[in-house]
Amino acid sequence: MKDSEVGRVKNRAAYFGIFTALALIFSYVETLIPIRFGTPGIKLGLANLVTVIVLFRTGWKDALLLSVTRIILAGFMFGSLFSIVYSLAGGILSLAVMALLERTGKFSTAGVSMAGGVSHNIGQLVVAMAAVKTYQVGYYLPVLLAAGLITGALIGAVAGEVLKRIRNIERI
Amino acid sequence: MKKNDLILAAAIIAAAAVILAIQFFRQDNGEQHVVVTVDGDVFGTYDLAENQTIEIGKTNRLVIENGNARMEWADCPDQICVNHKAVDKNGESIICLPNKVVVSVEGSKTSSLDGIAQ
Ligand SMILES: [Zn+2]
Repeated sequence: MKDSEVGRVKNRAAYFGIFTALALIFSYVETLIPIRFGTPGIKLGLANLVTVIVLFRTGWKDALLLSVTRIILAGFMFGSLFSIVYSLAGGILSLAVMALLERTGKFSTAGVSMAGGVSHNIGQLVVAMAAVKTYQVGYYLPVLLAAGLITGALIGAVAGEVLKRIRNIERI
Repeated sequence: MKKNDLILAAAIIAAAAVILAIQFFRQDNGEQHVVVTVDGDVFGTYDLAENQTIEIGKTNRLVIENGNARMEWADCPDQICVNHKAVDKNGESIICLPNKVVVSVEGSKTSSLDGIAQ
């Protein structure tokens, strides 16, 4: 390996560590915010901010690794085994949808993250329905759609700003 | 924001609105019951108009009072069901995921339709 390559690999590992730590902090902050929407599955999705940034910067593989790592670590630290399964369903579905939309190049971070927020909530709803073996839970679908849309758009707009600034810093 | 983002947002809002409209028109003012299921099996059906306290196994306690139902106590770690607001509309439910308990409000009309479907 050339020196520059070694540097890049080290750099990537360092970035990954920083992003994972950031995502974990966001997960933790979220457990402290007493927002209760009265429905399981609705969250602000702060940790998703990091996922969106990584997705747009380095691609879906890093984003997937990051969100799986974050969910498992956060689950052990502030949640339960069930919350891990529940979050993984939402996280993986949301990332798959976001990666597909990002590839088309037709959507901005806000649009991609919006779709991510909505599919995150749908993924969790499906797991919830399977867990309680009931299909009554569908009553909350409109709320979950609206919440995913709003939180996703906000997170996406912030991610867009952050990405712009990262690019500016790198240019210096 | 790109134009496609707005189209996507509009599509999501439209989907939510359609589901809301369906739910709105499905509601009726007839007799309402509270159906409790545990792990998918019906635990019991109760009249929403009658004040009562229901012990759901050893894990949850449901209170029906003044025409609405709320989870008064649960041994689950997340306490989402206990913090959930009281339910009184058809189709509304309180879910305790850890204990697999679902409390849902059903109208007489929907349950007779279900009977026909079965
Ligand atoms: Zn509970």
